[in-house]
Amino acid sequence: MKRIYVNEAWCLGCHLCEYNCAFANSGLRDMASALKGRQIYPRIHVEGKDGVFFAVSCRHCEDPLCVKSCIAGAISKTDGVVQINREKCVGCLTCVLVCPYGALAPGENGAMQKCELCLQNTCGAPACVTGCPNGAIVYEEREAAV
Amino acid sequence: MKRYVIIGNGVAAVGCIEGIRSTDGAGEITVISAEPHPVYCRPLISYYLEGKTDLKRMLYRDGSFLANVGCTVRYGVRAESIDPLAKTVALSDGAQLPYDALCVAAGSSPFLPPMKGLESVAQKFTFQTLDDALALEQAITPECRVLIVGAGLIGLKCAEGLHARVGSITVCDLADRVLSSILDAAAAARVQKHLEAQGIRFLLGDSVAQFSAGSAEMKSGETVPFDVLVLAVGVRPNTALVKEAGGETDRGILIDERMATTLLDVYAAGDCAQGYDRSCGARRVLALLPNAYLQGHAAGVNMAGGDASFDRGIPMNSIGFFGLHLMTAGSYDGEMIAADSGDAYKRFFVKDDRLKGFILIGGTDRAGIYTAMIREQTPLHTVDFSLLTSAATSAAFSPAVRTERFGGAV
Repeated sequence: MKRIYVNEAWCLGCHLCEYNCAFANSGLRDMASALKGRQIYPRIHVEGKDGVFFAVSCRHCEDPLCVKSCIAGAISKTDGVVQINREKCVGCLTCVLVCPYGALAPGENGAMQKCELCLQNTCGAPACVTGCPNGAIVYEEREAAV
Repeated sequence: MKRYVIIGNGVAAVGCIEGIRSTDGAGEITVISAEPHPVYCRPLISYYLEGKTDLKRMLYRDGSFLANVGCTVRYGVRAESIDPLAKTVALSDGAQLPYDALCVAAGSSPFLPPMKGLESVAQKFTFQTLDDALALEQAITPECRVLIVGAGLIGLKCAEGLHARVGSITVCDLADRVLSSILDAAAAARVQKHLEAQGIRFLLGDSVAQFSAGSAEMKSGETVPFDVLVLAVGVRPNTALVKEAGGETDRGILIDERMATTLLDVYAAGDCAQGYDRSCGARRVLALLPNAYLQGHAAGVNMAGGDASFDRGIPMNSIGFFGLHLMTAGSYDGEMIAADSGDAYKRFFVKDDRLKGFILIGGTDRAGIYTAMIREQTPLHTVDFSLLTSAATSAAFSPAVRTERFGGAV
């Protein structure tokens, strides 16, 4: 299945993906009113050191530990996509404790959120990918890297 | 067609069912559920009292689960004994249930030490099952005074759940600190201070000498008046079925890395089992939900003739109290590295070039990176560990490791 991949040789560390993600999932039509003066809760985040940057979002693992570990039965995998039922989530952070990639974080109301490939919003395609100014983030099929 | 029996209807049982079905789509699965409820999220009973979930949302699987997996649940029935030679389970309704493969996922029971005068207490509860929570909910009033015996995970989550719904809460524990099984003294002091700021009162290093109607006389001499008593002293794995059938038990039912007990075709998983703890290299009861699922799943695959092992269990907890999040994992073995930053309390335990355990209060972002290092036994000389102690980040790994993790399907 298609997943989001980041080429760290091209990632500028500009954090635009974070803003595009927060906007895409805000449900609002205007970027300024969605983001201006507000703390954002993106589902992708940039990490890096010594001038090397990369954006991290859910890997949609073959065998996701978060799904098996969720104490609320709130995380499931459907058609390859790992999803959170935020109505069921109680914000215990167990998924944060088990995800080896650091891909989950709480949203504004304390319930967890994660990348769901912009399938649950009206973007049509992952907003981090379409908005990346350097083409560092791609949405494509890949095999395991090793 | 193979006949599978699962004793218990918690998360380990669901893991087992899903493990069986990943391998055998046709076999007949019967679950023995002493509790009269569809499988629910046991750790959520405090969130239920708190109003953060409800009976519908706290179901572990949706209503179509049993039909989808093709599984029969016998509710309100107990397993009385196992006959490992005849390969049958005797049930409390008199039935003898034959099995080809059996999984004991019987959980644990509250440990109730003998306490003088306990029989004089009318309103006393344990806090482990949904029925416990529902009964406690019936007993409380906005004015009532609650005494909780036990400042462990169960006692403190119970305190949080009750907090907005009762008049006052006092928690006592024989240990000199809260959460003594998972926190060091300094971390415990922080958590205690945070809970005290909510108005919860603690009597630590103290225990009940005697109950009389409406009050507890403490060993320290203090008298604590109360209306409702919650006993959260600890839990004991339910080992009796396997032990009486001749299987090996210690604190829990001893299992190997395939979740097999010493009885032929009998497996065990979850809070009743004692399996391998990778962080300390010995078998320990790892009574936590993620391990219950993972053990159950491995048991199920093996029961169905597949080959699964689960040898990466470690103790771990992620728990919040009134907005303060803490996480712990592994064993507190080796050199301790203190790495507090801002308001965050962080302790790492390092031995033989490996991360063995950690305690975090606040500063929990991406902590799964640490947990994975314990689980995978990552050599610390291959990572930028000083960067990791300041923040969990994959930037601390080599480009090759990052390519493996982020450059392809995982």
